Amino acid sequence: MEKVRVAQISCGTEYSGIQWIFDDIAERVGIELVYPEMELSEVELACKEVGFEVESPSLNMMMARAVSMLDDPTIKGALLLTCFKCAEGTIVKDTIRRFLHERIDMPIIVYSNVEKPKEREIYSRLEALKTLIARKSLLMREKQEGITIGVDSGSSTTKAVVMKDNEIVGEGWIPTTDPVESADEVIESALNGAGISRTDVDAIGVTGHGRELVGKHVKAALNLEEVSVIAKGAALLSRQHKGDATVIDIGGMDNKLILMRDGIATSFNLGGICGGSSGRFLEVASHRLDVDISKLGQLALKSKVRHELQSYCMVFGIQSLVVALGSGVKPEDVAAAACRSVANQVYENQIQEMEMRPPIIFVGGVSLIEGVTREFETMLGIDITVPPNSQYAGAVGIATLVSGV
Amino acid sequence: MKVLVYPPNSMILADLVERGGHEPVVLMREIGEHVRDAEIDAPPLNVTEEDLKRALRYVSVEEPAGLKGRIGLLAPLLEEAEASIILRDAPPTFGCMGCVVADEFFKYLIRRREIPTLEVAYEGGEKVEEMVSEVMTFLEQLKKEGLR
Repeated sequence: MEKVRVAQISCGTEYSGIQWIFDDIAERVGIELVYPEMELSEVELACKEVGFEVESPSLNMMMARAVSMLDDPTIKGALLLTCFKCAEGTIVKDTIRRFLHERIDMPIIVYSNVEKPKEREIYSRLEALKTLIARKSLLMREKQEGITIGVDSGSSTTKAVVMKDNEIVGEGWIPTTDPVESADEVIESALNGAGISRTDVDAIGVTGHGRELVGKHVKAALNLEEVSVIAKGAALLSRQHKGDATVIDIGGMDNKLILMRDGIATSFNLGGICGGSSGRFLEVASHRLDVDISKLGQLALKSKVRHELQSYCMVFGIQSLVVALGSGVKPEDVAAAACRSVANQVYENQIQEMEMRPPIIFVGGVSLIEGVTREFETMLGIDITVPPNSQYAGAVGIATLVSGV
Repeated sequence: MKVLVYPPNSMILADLVERGGHEPVVLMREIGEHVRDAEIDAPPLNVTEEDLKRALRYVSVEEPAGLKGRIGLLAPLLEEAEASIILRDAPPTFGCMGCVVADEFFKYLIRRREIPTLEVAYEGGEKVEEMVSEVMTFLEQLKKEGLR
């Protein structure tokens, strides 16, 4: 596997006791982590170039490393790390991200260290970074050609689309049970809808949590992680192939915030710490409100009185919802509060850490719940674009990309 | 006496302590033990889970991971020190801990030990001699007190 060089820019990850995890995962996904160096005497100058200086010498050194990497053309991506809960580190990390984005066109990921990180969290980030670097020419594709199938084997639902000459001609969506059986079912349903036989299909592409298993089963010609694929799908669905854009993707069990330039992800932030910011929270809420999930958003739009849930938590937030209903708060106000709770949590945990570059494109299953879109618009003071077939962003992205393989 | 220096990786202060007839307690020794320990992988980036846990004697579980790692490495130094020299406002090239929060907290922990401590401001240029002389006088006093 050809390795790509990625700069690790941190204030001393080794002190968190987790450097070995980064080294191990980088090796597995084909990344060579490099640490740009700079003379101590030049740190002050580098900070002046960034336009920021702080008390911590290591954070100043971190900014110097960022300046130093600009001189190394072999570096193709950057990984910015500081400790979770370090306020000064977070400010520096964000400042460096902006500084680099203004000067170079390369993917950058940010991560906050904890002493016991989940391997999967780091793996999915580094894997996405590798794809964005190594498959850049493929990701530049703006049009689907021929007949292809895209399968998004998600943790909550499995989606498939059949695409022909850049149009969706068939689709399928079911809750994920066994990933392989679910994939077979949605592919069948999408092919039936399109009136196309499987033998006429040029290629199948897969993405999503179950992509390894499903990919082998369907003999996929392309198997890619979700970040690059969803960004591409969002760009295709909203016809946003040029310039900057931000993609919010909220699925059944996790969420992503992706900054995009010319239809390719450049920086991203993955959620997944708490189920309260996922579609699952809204599913439970709609069950408690005795309304189908597909009607929850419409119900929320009828709300006239603002009500707040007392917690974002899947358990305590729902408890608060039940108490509200019991004390006479109207179902539409409770539905709006549930939508606001999800939007608020995504805002606090992810949007606040990155700047928003308009237009904002909202995709994933939760984008179909109008109440959440409205809450984002109110919160951000900006119109949100929910493109047609937004729930199929992953499937459309991979169906398009596989047509270029 | 065992004299802890701050910044804890200052080669100059460690040398002064040795010249003054005492044993310097410095971070390099702790890192060196990690590097030579066959049980610990990937030196020198080798702060272990044990180091992080050891820090919990001094910092709460809510503190950032890197701060815990740093305090975990420094805790044994703190515990064995019989005296200390804290150099204030030293430039990073003199010796550096990197994380300013860990820096502040470590100095606080030293002061709380209530061991004989000299706090002296860093002086460059011609005034450096005064600073060195102050340190040497302190080390001489420690020796006298040790003999008593």
